[in-house]
Amino acid sequence: MTEPVMEPATGDDRARRADDSARRAVVAVWRIESARIVATLTRFTGDFALAEDLAQEALADALVQWPAQGAPRNGAAWLTAVAKRKAIDHWRRRERYDERLAAIAHDLERAEHEAADAVPWDPDAIDDDVLRLVLTACHPVLSPQARVALTLRVVAGLETAEIARAFLVPVATIQQRIVRAKQALAEACVPFETPARAERAQRLGAVLGVVYLIFTEGHAATAGDEWMRPDLAREAVRLARVLAALQPEEPEVHALLALLELTAARFPARVGADGEPVLLADQDRRRWDRAAIRRGRAALRRAEGFGRGLGPYGLQAAIAECHAVASDVASTDWARIVAAYDGLLQLSPSPIVALNRAVAVSMTEGPAAALAIVDALAGERALRTGHLLPSVRGELLARLGRDAEAREAFALAAERAQNARERAVLLARAAAGR
Amino acid sequence: MQFMLIMRDEDAAAVERRDAPFEAMLERMGRYNRAMADAGVLVSAQGLASPGTGIVVDFSADPPLVTDGPYGETKELCNGFWVIDVPSRDAAVEWASRAPLGPGTKLELRRVHGEEDLRR
Amino acid sequence: MQYMLIMRADDDAVATYREIPFEQVIEAMGKYNESMMEAGVLIAGEGLSDASEGFVVDFSADPPLVTDGPYGETKELFNGFWILEVSSKEEAAEWASRCPLGPGAKLEVRRVTGPEDFPADNEWVQKEEGWREEQAARKAADAPGGVAG
Repeated sequence: MTEPVMEPATGDDRARRADDSARRAVVAVWRIESARIVATLTRFTGDFALAEDLAQEALADALVQWPAQGAPRNGAAWLTAVAKRKAIDHWRRRERYDERLAAIAHDLERAEHEAADAVPWDPDAIDDDVLRLVLTACHPVLSPQARVALTLRVVAGLETAEIARAFLVPVATIQQRIVRAKQALAEACVPFETPARAERAQRLGAVLGVVYLIFTEGHAATAGDEWMRPDLAREAVRLARVLAALQPEEPEVHALLALLELTAARFPARVGADGEPVLLADQDRRRWDRAAIRRGRAALRRAEGFGRGLGPYGLQAAIAECHAVASDVASTDWARIVAAYDGLLQLSPSPIVALNRAVAVSMTEGPAAALAIVDALAGERALRTGHLLPSVRGELLARLGRDAEAREAFALAAERAQNARERAVLLARAAAGR
Repeated sequence: MQFMLIMRDEDAAAVERRDAPFEAMLERMGRYNRAMADAGVLVSAQGLASPGTGIVVDFSADPPLVTDGPYGETKELCNGFWVIDVPSRDAAVEWASRAPLGPGTKLELRRVHGEEDLRR
Repeated sequence: MQYMLIMRADDDAVATYREIPFEQVIEAMGKYNESMMEAGVLIAGEGLSDASEGFVVDFSADPPLVTDGPYGETKELFNGFWILEVSSKEEAAEWASRCPLGPGAKLEVRRVTGPEDFPADNEWVQKEEGWREEQAARKAADAPGGVAG
């Protein structure tokens, strides 16, 4: 790699820098307003795909006009108005007044519907365009990958290139994913509305799943050279906060937020000097983000406050809380952690959860008891190819003083690890045998 | 009640801090934060990036005028803060006095508004 | 990245502010806070009680000297703050500009330092006695992400 050469700033440089700063100012407004703008436009046109295209076109206009003519007072209103004009042009160009009329009729109908909902009080009515937008982006007709891409683009306001960078795939791949997702929504005639109460819980579950997926990709990258991509994880935390504000009556929303805050609180201690992952036991807990822990615990108390027991996110958050409040591994409440894993296994049995439970058991009952559980899991399909099972086995064997076997297990784990940083740590342990 | 401890440096103190061994300073701060966390009083603690990288938004204009920082003179600046939750003002004084800070540095202590202040 | 918005008001602004009905102030600020919560960017925010109620600890003396009363002049004071988690400096400036404040009031916007501001190989991480005892033998798993912590 060559060192960058510093050159004196020229007029061109200054102009480029000014342009760049004006561009970033437009993007800042976009990040704040995009969800509301796309939602409003979807309601106006009755067509989510068209609304998204129009909003992007309006953004492109803003990127040209604002730096030259100055930013308007109300950026959101400007973008929405420009996009609406584009919608009308679009209909006119295609001489499809019928569509336009249908859209206007749709608008009127909705206005009436809303008026009806407003009196006196309807527990089913959630008048929030942004919530509708989130539910649309995470609709079950879409593949999980498509849901993630669409949510980051329309709800979080990320540019396609940013999403591509975050997932280490070519920009064209994300573009295609978004185009296909919009087609799929159109083909399925997905209406832009809040589902009825019975269906809403299920649909909200899908939304939480998408946010969780975005977080885990940022928290433990499945591929590439970097161990974590904190920006992506932080975007997920932000989305969870948005959901908590939109759906304050849903305990699992607060539980998910709690889980993400408590897990993200450890980020400052999770990466070592050379970018290598630092295991929980080795982390300097003074580097944990205390404010995030406080926010996470407050969110968990809210989730518990509904008195309906904890769901999968709540139980995971409870585990994260046990770590967050302990000053070291020895003083951690491992019994509570084992109990939370028991609860998780009851809700949704999974070999990976069972493996994690085994590690907790090793802290309450010792490594021998845990090794028996791990070996019983060896045949599970979900654990047969990954590095998790052999790395836990290696750990337990090392603690039992069976160094040669531990070395073998770590070597196998290193062979299977996808992430370069993770592989390096496992190889080092294979060499050390403990 | 919660108190905010606002770190204020005079020019000389800021220079001295810059010249002092960074690691030793971090270690002392680490110990101080840890003591407050262990005592269960620490709500949050944050440092702020150098004032030159800040922004000032002036609401005397409409729309507000955004300019690059810093805000005012050195002694008007805040370079970091703690929020602590303690049972009394005396406890706040006690924790503040233990901060690993030196000559030229002051801590301004202000009570953080709670629910009770809304019923004015 | 996190930014701190520090509210600064001069004497005139404080006097003007006092004349506005309290409910109106609460409502405008409430709406502002709500918009930031809905956008998922607001992570902390507090108002501070009157500066005359405050006190100053001066570390020029040993032991430090505690005196009652406000720190410095009005324009040196701050009256409240928000901490936002945003994706750029421009986004922080955009949110700051939307704050319902009037003439005489300023917001100082400063980036909150994070782990990236400190040398990653710093020793303070490892020093405290007893901190790392016994842990070498104990690696724990936690969710999500499994055994890696």
